[in-house]
Amino acid sequence: MAQLVQPVTEEDHIAGPVNAPLTLVEYGDFECPHCGAAHPVVKEIQQLLGDTLRFVFRQFPLTQIHPHAEHAAEASESAAAQDAFWEMHDIIFENQTALADRDLLRYAAAIDIDAEQVAEDLAAGTWQTRVRRDFASGVRSGVNGTPTFFINGMRYDGLLDARSLLAALRVSGGRASR
Amino acid sequence: MSDDETPLNAGTAAPDFTLPSAPDQEVKLSNLAGKPVILAFYPADWSPVCGDQMALYNEILPEFEKYGAQLCGISVDGVWCHRAFSQARHLQFPLLADFEPKGAVARRYGVYRKDDGIAERALFVLDSDGVIRWSHVSPIHINPGADGILSALERLH
Repeated sequence: MAQLVQPVTEEDHIAGPVNAPLTLVEYGDFECPHCGAAHPVVKEIQQLLGDTLRFVFRQFPLTQIHPHAEHAAEASESAAAQDAFWEMHDIIFENQTALADRDLLRYAAAIDIDAEQVAEDLAAGTWQTRVRRDFASGVRSGVNGTPTFFINGMRYDGLLDARSLLAALRVSGGRASR
Repeated sequence: MSDDETPLNAGTAAPDFTLPSAPDQEVKLSNLAGKPVILAFYPADWSPVCGDQMALYNEILPEFEKYGAQLCGISVDGVWCHRAFSQARHLQFPLLADFEPKGAVARRYGVYRKDDGIAERALFVLDSDGVIRWSHVSPIHINPGADGILSALERLH
């Protein structure tokens, strides 16, 4: 059973309480339609589980099949440096079909961050290392496509609907509290 | 030829084979001696997900290359199917066609599913002398990822 080798740290993008009992980690690609489909599922789970869940997103752009995935990932990291990772993450997933650089900058402007800074970061490749680091930790953890989810550190190989994911989270949470 | 259903284990010399990698090209396993080889048997081209096993390995190729390893994908699909699949996914490693006689190589490695007529999702890491050092068969619907391969390559050093 594949396990997360890189524990969640404060370097991660974390939504929810840092010490929540349940941890859901997603390795995702902003241009992957399956990740796009999983986005509302994660939202639903976050709503249902509230403060008992922390959700972590890590970058896993499949650049050979998704030409815009790398820049989308870097743009979200650039947004993170402006304290707006999740806003950028959401707006990108909500507009997955338009991910050219000019679109990414448009989204940056729409969420009210400094789009010029994002443009500079993309041109300079400022966040490449960070994205590669996520990718490498994913490979080592047994990420086997996008999206790959880990529930409390164990890879989840089940269906990607809210019910299945929620059931797995609850089983894992029950195990953890025993 | 045996129809042994047990996959070949670590310590076994990898059976040599020659399979087409393109309409006019062949790969002979023993010609790859001198570097580690990863044989990735998989059920079929065109699985309906992004980042399927072969596309994933394509992304991870630089990591494999750090160990000097050569990756070969193997399925019972024919060369033209492989070519289309490979082009669609921009694959930068050979896909070998275990097509005629169907599944012959998969059988010799103990990873042919007779009832389904396809190869298992099976991984073999060979050292530079052509000896199997690690093998793994994953449930057919579960893409095994690359962590096992990378750990095996690490242990070769």
